[in-house]
Parts: sequence; structure tokens; C-alpha cells
Amino acid sequence: MTDVTAQPEVTGQQAVLRVANISKEYQLGHGLFSRFGGAQKTSLKALDGVDLELRRGEVLALVGESGSGKSTLAKILVGALNPTAGDIHELGLADGAGRRERARRVQMVFQDPYSSLNPRISVGSMLAGLLRLHRVVPPGEVRAESIRLLNRVGLQEDALSAYPSQFSGGQRQRLAIARALAVRPDVLVADEPVSALDVSVQATILELFRSLQDELGLSILFVAHNLAVVQHLSQRVAVMYLGRIVETADTAEIFSNPRHPYTRALIDSIPRMSADSVTDQFEVEGEPPSPINVPSGCRFHPRCPIAVDRCRTEDPALSPVGPGHASACLLAGDLPAYRGGPELKEEQ
Amino acid sequence: MTTAPAPTLTPVTAARRPARSRSLRPWYRNGSLVAGIVIVGALILVAIFAPLITPYSPTTQNLTDVLQGPSGAHWLGTDQFGRDVFTRLVWSTRVDLRIGFIAVLIPFVVGSILGGLAGYFGGWLDLIVMRLVDIFFAFPFYVMVIVLVFVLGAGETSIYLAIATVSWVSYAKIVRGEVLVAKQQDYVMAARLGGFSHLRVLARHIGPNVLSQAIIYAMSDIVQDIMAIVTLGYLGLGIAPPTAEWGSMISQGQQFITTQWEQATIPGLAVVVTSLGLSWLGDGLSDLLSPDRRK
Amino acid sequence: MNETPLLSVRNLSLGVQRKGRATTVIVDDISFDVAEGERFGIVGESGSGKSLTLRAIANLLPAGVKVLSGSIAYRGQDLQTMPAKARRGLAGQEIAMIFQEPMTALNPVMRVGEQIAESPRRNLGLSKSAAMDLAIDMMRKTGIADPAHRARAYPHELSGGLRQRIMIAMALSCSPRLLLCDEPTTALDVTVQLQVLRLLEQLCEDTETALVFVTHDLGVVNQTCRELGVMYAGEIVERGRVKDVFADPRHPYTKGLLDSAPDFDQPDRELIAIPGFPPNLADRPDGCPFQPRCSFAVDRCATARPRLAPVLPGREAACFETARIFQGVTA
Repeated sequence: MTDVTAQPEVTGQQAVLRVANISKEYQLGHGLFSRFGGAQKTSLKALDGVDLELRRGEVLALVGESGSGKSTLAKILVGALNPTAGDIHELGLADGAGRRERARRVQMVFQDPYSSLNPRISVGSMLAGLLRLHRVVPPGEVRAESIRLLNRVGLQEDALSAYPSQFSGGQRQRLAIARALAVRPDVLVADEPVSALDVSVQATILELFRSLQDELGLSILFVAHNLAVVQHLSQRVAVMYLGRIVETADTAEIFSNPRHPYTRALIDSIPRMSADSVTDQFEVEGEPPSPINVPSGCRFHPRCPIAVDRCRTEDPALSPVGPGHASACLLAGDLPAYRGGPELKEEQ
Repeated sequence: MTTAPAPTLTPVTAARRPARSRSLRPWYRNGSLVAGIVIVGALILVAIFAPLITPYSPTTQNLTDVLQGPSGAHWLGTDQFGRDVFTRLVWSTRVDLRIGFIAVLIPFVVGSILGGLAGYFGGWLDLIVMRLVDIFFAFPFYVMVIVLVFVLGAGETSIYLAIATVSWVSYAKIVRGEVLVAKQQDYVMAARLGGFSHLRVLARHIGPNVLSQAIIYAMSDIVQDIMAIVTLGYLGLGIAPPTAEWGSMISQGQQFITTQWEQATIPGLAVVVTSLGLSWLGDGLSDLLSPDRRK
Repeated sequence: MNETPLLSVRNLSLGVQRKGRATTVIVDDISFDVAEGERFGIVGESGSGKSLTLRAIANLLPAGVKVLSGSIAYRGQDLQTMPAKARRGLAGQEIAMIFQEPMTALNPVMRVGEQIAESPRRNLGLSKSAAMDLAIDMMRKTGIADPAHRARAYPHELSGGLRQRIMIAMALSCSPRLLLCDEPTTALDVTVQLQVLRLLEQLCEDTETALVFVTHDLGVVNQTCRELGVMYAGEIVERGRVKDVFADPRHPYTKGLLDSAPDFDQPDRELIAIPGFPPNLADRPDGCPFQPRCSFAVDRCATARPRLAPVLPGREAACFETARIFQGVTA
């Protein structure tokens, strides 16, 4: 088994997927009638100027709560949604490339294992359909390749003739991953792929992702809300709040030295299994607000325990606060040292 | 102390989870389905083998033998043109079943396609189709069919046109609703992300999941269509004589109800039996194809 | 400590009986006690029977599921043999429950203030205005800002966290002695979850309400509960103080569960999954239910059913081999 203390090396800092200034706005109301609705807010900005870069061979975690826009961003990255503004660059893909070419580069794994597989299509048909469409292998080798894919995710040949309803949640996720891998993508976008699974089953899927990263050199964007899972699997973390990225850093760095109050609040809220929870220096009040009513200035200021006057008027941009570490907080440099990181035990 | 060996990904204990049976009970235990299959199957066989099981011609007149009662030679007697009633009854099966089937098929196809496209693409297409549906839905079935056939003139094509014009809306509504739901499923997005075209996704990925409701509806619709054909025949707007058809047989036999009641009643019974059989078949299919099986 | 426990479940079995077919046992012969003011967590994965256990105590079993045998005693009185009216009288006043999905647990057409006031009006006989005052007070205690105004809202106008607070306010409005919680924070954002858990902890301490807390989240149970029961395939396989069980599990399933869960404070520990699947309840194997997946199993485990037995002071485990497996494991 691989030595898990050594993280796989990120070969170069080469970005395999990059988005710049992405915005996604939804119009609310029914056209004609919203004009008569008075001063009602009629648009919802799910994403408001997001820059993100996924590097080759890494697992980047996208973390946030409801209203953060992380699922929307994931869908835009994979091409299922079009942004209202901004650019998407994929390494090696010409601008304006068709959907089919894009499908070969970026694939998605969904959260709900029960709705992500077509109940009327057998596993074998599903895989064969993709292999044939993209001519991944010559027609004669389709079956062999399908079996190889199944083995890769820990399933056997007899799955080919079966239908999704015959499998458990964890197995369905494996099938979903096998489907995503069929076209040999460079990038996998996983939208909370283990949230719907039992704890003991999550481990198998997480290990599967880790092995795919190691052995296939896949770059993975992992959307999650469970920070323990994130810490275990990812090399870098991007924290989202209300349509913006508020902090990015390497995993170990962000958990031991978070430089945004929201990140600190998130980490403080992790229910710990083997330690007592942290005394709340940064416990936030209230709920994540709806993206319809984005606060002025720094969007986190109403809930922020250290907000000052400036925070109400200035909207901070994501700026570097250390090597490979960026934060969108005006007071990032003045935050006290963080005591809430993982309590690493000496013996292991 | 040894800790548990770390199991790798491979053989997750050999067998996958044992297959749950796809339906709650096997199909042959489904009473309605079996009854339906038996009856409809028998009717189809009767229709196919009509020439073999009937000794007479259904249309040739034989004015020497008019209005005979049931006998060894004529099991149900003869009508006012000397034609064997039993033969006509059997040959009607061909006509009514065939027309019923085709009459259901046309609106099924047209309605499903329009409804499917409207639900899938939404936008102005959906708007137009739905307004059309609203308009056509406002008219009562029988009234419209009768008026249309009257206007177009009696005959098989008119029947198809009339019924199709009125019936397609139900299929459109049903399929559109199902497509709207199916569209939300992740597997549809996965298919699009896999690079499949809209057409492929609609046909291969959404289609099979949405048509079952339409099929179930078609089963009850075919009963209604057969009733409509029989009604039209009764009113003299259906298939032109001398072709044997239950509706016209009933209409003809009416006048002899006191002397030879079999002429009007037996075809009526035939219609009832056919409808029952199709209804049972529809019920049985509905069990088989219903959502809890789809998961 | 030597008084009658607040809640005493003895040999409780729940299942589905169908005419002409074998009974499917979903919860099999479980026993546990909850003392006054105790915080007892029940941890398990899907199919373990933990939610049904709670519902049996609350008398809210779904149609078809019945108590097959055993007893549930509240303050020494068997709830099952109690007259129905008396048992209903306990609901809300002595025993209350909060659910996972507040949207389905709250009445969508009734203002939330009224919903909270319902229970005190019925159980404590308060007048309409007195009950509403109590409701607003409860809302304030659960940290809802501007409670008088919020009391007039309908559930759909509130966020998930607020609805959960409303449910807590409802449950605690009559100061029950026992609060049953069925995964109350699973559907909430993490920062909201923290607030709700803190709130529960604090309110229960203030009123000395006992808590039975069902969850699948090991971190949550560690933060919220003192005692723990681990359920697998309808049985309690280990019982003891949470911190002790987590530090030193004495059942292979508990150990498997702990080994497979990512622990924030041990980021480099490799996750080890439990091979296989939970058993099909309709087709229970003989012997220990965990045996097919257990890497320590011996022959006896497949034929005989181990019962919960003391293995340490204050700790019980249902495993024949616990001494052999866990002996000599250093902390």
C-alpha cells in the first residue's frame, strides 16, 4: 500500500484547468411581471468573480456551505452550465472546442449515487456506449476495456450485464467513477461524491480517488463540506463564501494557519472525533445569507467577529498572504495565531 | 497485536449485493396481466386465423338464407343479407383490432414526440406546444371525433385523422411531465457530459424512462378508441359496408332485436370482452412498468 | 445513581410481521439504560436500526413495524402496557423528539409561534396568551433574534438552522425529562450545526434533560454525548463512555468504524474500509451478524450469537473474541 505520509508530488505548477473572473447570474421573476414588482431584487449572483486554477495531478478541494456557489462552479468547470461572464481555459483544448472534445478532457462524478446512473441501461451498455462514441479503443476491444475499467474501480466482470438497481450506494459510486474514467479524462470534478454514503463505505471511495490520482495522474476537483474528508484527500483547498473564493492554500497550511475568519469558523465547527472541540474564538453567529442579498463591502462582515468599519465598505480581493496562500480579508495580516488546527499526536 | 489487513479495492467480497427482484412478484403471478394476455392473445389469434375458422364469406350476400336463427350450419344465424353472423363477428375482430391499434399508435407517436421535445427543450417550443394542448384539450372527445369524421367523410383514414387530432394531447402532457422530471436526474446530465447529442440523450437515455407511463395510458386509450370506432360504425360514419364491423353489426341488428336478439347483442358482447381484456392488460402492464420497478 | 433509570430498554425487538411469511427482525434484543440528565448517543450506519429504536420509544413506529418483544420502561413504568391515553400524555411533556428534516416535521400552514405554543397549551393547561409568551421565551432561549416577530412566520420562510431551532424550542417547551434526537444536524451546514449542538448541550444542562442522540457522525457523538451505544444490524455491539470507546474500542465493528472514518486530528492515518456489506435483515445469518465481514472471526462466531457482556468496568461488548483481539493493544 502506498506510503500515505508522502503526498504525491505535483509535477510542475502547470495548470490543467483555469477559470478567470467567472460570474453566474440568474434572473428571477417572470420577465414582464418583475417590472411591475417594485424595487424587488430580480437577480441572484451565484458566483461573483471567481478565479481558480487546478494544477496537474493534484486534488483541489472546494469547500463551502449553502449559498457558497461551489456546486455551481463545479458545473461550470465541467461544462454543464455556462457562466454569465468570465473565461475558462483548459490546457490543450482550443477555444471554442466542441462538447465532445471537452467531454474527453473533463468528467464529473455526482453526489447522489441513486440518480446518477440510468436505471434502464445496463452497466455494460453504459460503458460500451461511451467507449464507442469517443472511439477510445477499437470496437473489438470494447468489452475488454469495459472489464478493465470495472476492475480499476474494484468491481468484477459480472457487473457488465447487471443494472444499477442491483448495486449498493458505494458500488454505484464506483460505477459512476468507472463511467467517468471511460473516456480517459485529464480532470475529474467530483461533487460531494461521498456525502450520501455510509462512513465505512466512504473510506473505500476516498481511497479509490487517491489511487486514481497516484496511478493515473488525474487532476481532481473535489467539492465537499466535510473538512475531515478534505484534509485527508486534498493537496490544496479553496474556501468559498457567497459566490467568492475567500481563501486558498495548501491543505496542511490552511488547517494550521487559516488567514480568513470564515475559514477559521469552518475549522472550529468540525466535530472532533478524538479531541475536544476548540474554544470558540471564532464562532460565527447566524446563517449563511442567501445570495440574493449579498452584503456590501466584504460579504462576510455581518457575521465576522473581527469586522471593522472598513469591512463594511471595502470589498477585498483575493490576495497573497504567503507562499501559495491567498486570502480575501482586509485584516488577514493581523489575525492572531490560530490554535484550532489538528492536534497531531506525537506517536503515530 | 496484528491489526486487520488493509483490504484493497479489489474484489469487494467477490459477489456484488444479491440482486433484488425487479418486480414485486413474477409476471405470471399478476392476475390482471395474465387475464389480459389470454384474452387479447385469443382475440389476435382469432383475427389472424379468421379465414380458417369461418366457413363462410363475411361479405357475400346470400338472399336465399336471410334471417335464419342459430342452427348447426349457422351458429349465430344469418343477417338480413343472408351473411353468417358468426363469420362476420369473427372477421370484425380483424377490423376493429387493427383500426384500434393504429388509431392509438398515431397519437401516441405524435403526442410523445411533441411532448418530449417540449419538455426537454423548454422555451418557446414548450410554450407553443402547451398552448396547442390547451386548445385541443378543451374539446370533448366523442363530439370532436364524430364531427371530424362527418366533415372528412366516413372511412378508415378519416377515423385515424379524427382520433389522432383529438388524442395526441394526452400523450403530449404525460410525456412532457415525465421528461421534465427525468431531465433533472443526474444521469441525464452525465449523458450530456459524456458527449452524447441531444437526440441520443432523448432517444436512449430519457426515452425508455418516460415512455412507460405513455404506454400504460395507451392501453386505456385503445379501449376508448375501439369504443369510438364502434360508435362511429353504429352511427353509420365508420367503416363502409359491406365490411364486417361490430358497430355496424349492432346498428343493423337493432331492428331485429325482438326476433333475433343475437345479431345485435353478441357483437356488443364482443366489444365488452375486448375492452375488458385490454383493460386488464393495461393494469397488468402498469404494475410491471410502474415507478417502484424503475429504481 | 442507584435510583430507577429514567429510561430502561430491555430486550427490545422490532420487526415486520407479514401474514404467511417469516417475520423480519429489524432490531434484535437490545437493552440499555439512560439515567436522569444523561447524554446517550446511538451510533450506527444505515440499516442498523438506530432510528427505529428511537421511534419505538416515542411511539412513532411506521406502519407495519411492531414491537416484537421486550419492554421500554420510563421511570419504571412499562410504556407498552400503559393505557394509551397515559402514554400519549407523556408525549411532549415528559418525552419529546426532534427530527432530522425540520421542513417535514413542522406544519407548513401554521405559524411557528403557534406550533411551539401548542404543546404547553395542551400539556400544561396554559391559556393562549400565556402559551404564546412561553413560546416566544423559548425562541429567545434557542437564540432566535427578534422572537416576537419571528413567531408569526411560517416554516417555509425560515432557513434550515432556524427551523431546527424552532423544533428544539417546541420539544423543550414543556421541559421534558427525556429528549430524543434523530440525526438533528445532519441536514445542516457545519457552522449552523455547531450552533445547534451547543444550544442543545446548554439547554439540556440547564434543565437537566436527558438526551438520546442518534447519529452516524462519530465527531458529533463525541462532542455531544457521554455514553455511547454502537449498533450494527439491529444489535448493540458495544456500549460504554464515548471517550473510552473511541480511544479503546472492544468490538471489531467499532474498531472498523473508527478506522474507516477520517479523523481531523490524525490526517496521516490511512483509512481502512470494512469489507463486505451489512447483512440482509430478511435473511439473518446464524451467529454473530458481523462475522461475515470480521477479520478476526473464528468458527464459533458463525454458529453462536454473542451477547453484550462486560469487558471492562463500564464497558460491554458483544464479541466472543474480544479478549483475544484487543488484549495487549496499547493506548
